[in-house]
Amino acid sequence: MQPIIQIQGVSKTYASGFTALKSIDLEIRRGEIFALLGPNGAGKTTLISIICGIVNASSGRVLADGVDIVDDYRQARRLIGLVPQELTTDAFESVWDTVSFSRGLFGKPANPAYIEKVLRQLSLWDKRHSKMLALSGGMKRRVMIAKALSHEPSILFLDEPTAGVDVELRRDMWEMVRGLRENGVTVILTTHYIEEAEEMADRIGVINRGELILVEEKQALMQQLGQKQLHLILQTPLETLPDALRRYNLSLSDDGSQLTYTFDAHQDTSGIAELLRSLTEQGIDLKDLQSKQSSLEEIFVSLVHNPENSQ
Amino acid sequence: MNLNGIRAIYAFEMNRTRRTLMQSVVSPVLSTSLYFIVFGTAIGSRMGDIDGVSYGAFIIPGLLMLSLLSESISNASFGIFFPKFSGTIYEVLSAPVSPLEIVAGYVGAAATKSLIIGALILLTARLFVDYSIAHPVWMLAFLLLTALTFSLFGFIIGVWANDFQQLQVIPLMVITPLTFLGGAFYSINMLPEPWHTLTLFNPVVYLINGFRWAFYGVADVHMGLSLGMTLMFLLICLTAVWWIFRTGYRIKP
Repeated sequence: MQPIIQIQGVSKTYASGFTALKSIDLEIRRGEIFALLGPNGAGKTTLISIICGIVNASSGRVLADGVDIVDDYRQARRLIGLVPQELTTDAFESVWDTVSFSRGLFGKPANPAYIEKVLRQLSLWDKRHSKMLALSGGMKRRVMIAKALSHEPSILFLDEPTAGVDVELRRDMWEMVRGLRENGVTVILTTHYIEEAEEMADRIGVINRGELILVEEKQALMQQLGQKQLHLILQTPLETLPDALRRYNLSLSDDGSQLTYTFDAHQDTSGIAELLRSLTEQGIDLKDLQSKQSSLEEIFVSLVHNPENSQ
Repeated sequence: MNLNGIRAIYAFEMNRTRRTLMQSVVSPVLSTSLYFIVFGTAIGSRMGDIDGVSYGAFIIPGLLMLSLLSESISNASFGIFFPKFSGTIYEVLSAPVSPLEIVAGYVGAAATKSLIIGALILLTARLFVDYSIAHPVWMLAFLLLTALTFSLFGFIIGVWANDFQQLQVIPLMVITPLTFLGGAFYSINMLPEPWHTLTLFNPVVYLINGFRWAFYGVADVHMGLSLGMTLMFLLICLTAVWWIFRTGYRIKP
């Protein structure tokens, strides 16, 4: 199936000379939730802004549902809804007016029933006559989402959707995004909350200093996440690993004082009991032991600081 | 053509006018009425006719032009500057609307508002001064052309301005002096040399005189020249707006 978004060699250098993106290639699959992770200033917002038509790319091109976003901008932009990171709203407009404005702007005829449905879904119906300046930050965030959904887009960009949002609203938002996916909407979200990507995404891309350093199925990343390590501190250092222990996934530290056993935490049996029996049979005494599980956050940090790890 | 998009921008801008009725409509009508009271009724009664037109009536086209120019510029410049300033412009830029449609929405609304103010000023002037309109169709044409041209000019200023001060500087420091010195209150034929010749370099002279000709059939410069100058300024503004959207100048990095 044709990807819903194809990003081909997109780079961006601003007038100041700052290079925000270095030749990005990425395909977003139809109907998936894709999380773009990266530290602040990595280029996430620039990439989204280029796809949505707010920033001009320096080179490369983007296709939305097979349509060039520059040459056929009308057709492409009708498909796309954007919830920007900043809560930029017209303070004196009412919720109803601002959401209706967005629908009209995107070329759709007025449809009060649909706007009502969106506002109810986002728990904004009671606030429909309120002016934007009277709303809390969380409510404004909901209005931004309502505006983005007002023209029934099939691709939704959420730029840091839960930045500065309380736990309850974050959960609500995750529910809403899942609901959208069930209705066939492709969702691309940027975040620097690992938890968010872990909770929602089908695939994860990691961007750093304008380069896409990893694109991976979340499940595959979770496999890495599922790798657990058991560190066995030995009473007496070993010179080499005894042959009887070679069938285990073991590694010996350089000084011979520590054995590291790597196993899959998702397996029914970890093999630890068997390993410990074998160690006793070999007469190897233990001083201490500890187990450790790498988090997605650690994987992310190691990728960002050490891009070779993605190879 | 995204008609719904144009309608949305136009309605948004007209709503803004409704929300700020005192400031955006009542205030310019009131301040222009003060000119009619002071210069038309009070001082005007002591002054002689100019080109066979009573002084009170003579200043109507100029005063109307003064309001029309400053209101068109300030409406259109604020209309595009504020979304740029607050960041809400992201939505317009990411929407399936062409540059022409964006301009039609913003400039159309600004020009409409100026025309409403112009009509109200004309009606209010009736309370203080007796006047007639010799060429009503031309009067409407000049009114429409000026409102449109200077709304476009305001749009350009709104895109160019980086802060509120820059937004005000052209209307206050350029347009208002040019209008006062462009024969709003006098016939430029009354000026001695070299001021008379110098004044001919003031483009507002042609706008005011075209308008005055439409009212009273008399003017300091030929009506054809006035129309030509107005159309030329319209063309310059259209070219500048086309360039802005082609290059993304100050709206799209």
